[in-house]
Amino acid sequence: MGGLDLSFVNWDIISKFVVNGFWFSVQLTIIATLGGIALGTMLALMRLSGSKVLALPATIYVNGMRSIPLVMVILGFFLLVPFLIGRPIGAELSAIITFVAFEAAYFSEIMRAGIQSIPRGQVHAGQAVGMTYSQNMRLIVLPQAFRNMLPILLTQTIILFQDTSLVYAIGAYDLLKGFTTAGKIYGRPEEAYILAALVYFVICFGLSYLVKKLQAKIAIVR
Amino acid sequence: MNLDWHVFLNDDGGGRTYLEWMLQSWGWTLSVAGCAYVVAMITGVIVGTVRTLPNSPWLVRLANAWVELFRNIPLLVQIFLWYFVLPKVFPVMQQVPGFALVVLALGFFTSARIAEQVRAGIQALPKGQRYAASAMGFTTVQAYRYVLLPMCFRIIMPPLTSETMNMLKNSSVAFAVSVTELTWFYTQAAEETSKGIEIFLGVTLLYIISAFAVNRVMAFIEKKIQIPGFIVAGGTGGGH
Repeated sequence: MGGLDLSFVNWDIISKFVVNGFWFSVQLTIIATLGGIALGTMLALMRLSGSKVLALPATIYVNGMRSIPLVMVILGFFLLVPFLIGRPIGAELSAIITFVAFEAAYFSEIMRAGIQSIPRGQVHAGQAVGMTYSQNMRLIVLPQAFRNMLPILLTQTIILFQDTSLVYAIGAYDLLKGFTTAGKIYGRPEEAYILAALVYFVICFGLSYLVKKLQAKIAIVR
Repeated sequence: MNLDWHVFLNDDGGGRTYLEWMLQSWGWTLSVAGCAYVVAMITGVIVGTVRTLPNSPWLVRLANAWVELFRNIPLLVQIFLWYFVLPKVFPVMQQVPGFALVVLALGFFTSARIAEQVRAGIQALPKGQRYAASAMGFTTVQAYRYVLLPMCFRIIMPPLTSETMNMLKNSSVAFAVSVTELTWFYTQAAEETSKGIEIFLGVTLLYIISAFAVNRVMAFIEKKIQIPGFIVAGGTGGGH
């Protein structure tokens, strides 16, 4: 195999370069998932509220975000922030804000489908026993919507984890950057890419397998 | 905030305006996405079909492995593998232009998603259709060619539409290996002109126009191939 040599890798290098990056990728994934679901649920509720004033901005936001590539949003936000607030905010924080804002659009579509999957009769029953809108949503609709959508939400999270590699565009130090940095320092950039691919593959394949298991379990309960 | 749209009419130092440069980059975006789409459709349909073959367990496993491989590695990493690693491991590939490597990377990445949709589409068909085809004396190839695949394509049109739009957006990742497409243009032009907002809005507009055009074309095809009286439930496309 044209001179590939993986022998330079040892635990020292992994702990020095890769662990930090991996930790940032995980943090970014978790924050973007939780933040994205929270903001996305709000957007979904706005779109389903029946009020034009609320629905229109949410629709424009969601469809707008969904028609621009993530890399453009990452780059755009990173380069535009200094124009807007007068000082740079750092690649890592910029990445976190961008991912929450961007993923909210995708999570909102999932949550909208989830909320619509709950029969109208349940909402009416809630109203009949005197529940307010927020009680109805909080106690009846959203818990079931989350449960119905759990496999899709988790699949989206796996995609999100893969997408975190795109913070490469603004130089944030993530899992991929950890490997490429080590590769550069030790003069083995190609091997570093292969290792990065391997790590991403093992994580994503493992998680998708778990989601599939969960899906089968949920399907039986229902 | 004052926007200065004249920046698009400025010369970029090479005898063309930024507007012309942006439109050329748009051409590259469309070329990368278009070529990769051809690769993705051909490979994806073949792999997806093979995954549903009744009597070839090893072919099915191979096709499943293909999908898992290309679906579980981030696109950016795949592009780096094609662009930097493969030419090093196989020196023959150093002759292949970078554009083709990026097209293959994006094409195979998307082929895994299309294969997944094709498989789901074929498996969504009632089993009776396959049996009816073999009862009529169709060979396996004929059954797929005349019965299963034509039905499958109609079923998967909605998710295929969003995958086609994803293709356009994913082509932006090619900027990482300096393919001179729209996102790359944005990074260059925003720095040269320090008019980041105007350039960003211009590039965004072109992405939105492209996505909208793809959406309309796919909707048109969907309508054209519709079988009267046969209503297909809408699917949802995931990912981006």
